[in-house]
Amino acid sequence: MPIEVNGKTLETDEEGYLVNLDDWEPAVAEAMAKEDDLELTDEHWEIINFLREYYEEYQIAPAVRVLTKAVGKRLGKEKGNSKYLYGLFPYGPGKQACRYAGLPKPTGCV
Amino acid sequence: MSDKKQFMFLNRRAPYGTIYAWESLEVVLIAAAFEQAVSLAFIDDGVFQLVTGQDTTGIGMKNFSPTYKTLGDYEVRHIYVDKDSLEARGLTQDDLQVVPWEDWETEETVDNIVEVVDSDKLAELLEASDVVFSF
Repeated sequence: MPIEVNGKTLETDEEGYLVNLDDWEPAVAEAMAKEDDLELTDEHWEIINFLREYYEEYQIAPAVRVLTKAVGKRLGKEKGNSKYLYGLFPYGPGKQACRYAGLPKPTGCV
Repeated sequence: MSDKKQFMFLNRRAPYGTIYAWESLEVVLIAAAFEQAVSLAFIDDGVFQLVTGQDTTGIGMKNFSPTYKTLGDYEVRHIYVDKDSLEARGLTQDDLQVVPWEDWETEETVDNIVEVVDSDKLAELLEASDVVFSF
């Protein structure tokens, strides 16, 4: 299912992840969230930006356990737990937040 | 998971040219994400997988070498490199990546889990593993 962002048609795979990671821009996350009836807040962006930085550095999308720990370390213990992250991304912080961030699905995520 | 197994991933091939190195890394990430005790060993041309400064622009493959640096975050505790294989290729530990490890609860840290070992030690480690995957 391609996604329309700022007049451009971007290719996505059958699960909605961007095919070309270079296509990403913040409006992509906004458009994907809108389809899920989700309003992106600063708290969402904090995680999305964190994921993009992680990918930039390590070239993979982190497993959810690694994401949770890394968020706790980088953004504070009160955010480094699955309750907080699932509160923001009800479809799963690994899958949903990585999709919004333009990353591939995390390795080992089913 | 109460019954942790000792997994050893044995990497023998150069990083590019075949898919083995990348496949191994993916299985390592999956095994580690499922909280198994995962160690890696690099021997023969496999030692090139850990060499710093890889540039894949000429071969049209993704440079996945930065991913090794996050293995500590995946609770991988040991990365062994065969001493003879390194020496035979004119390499030393200084040519290899540094992979830190940290226990985020106790804040215990290890600056680098990459360890150069001789073949006797490697044989011992393989013997002690429950499962050995060879790539």
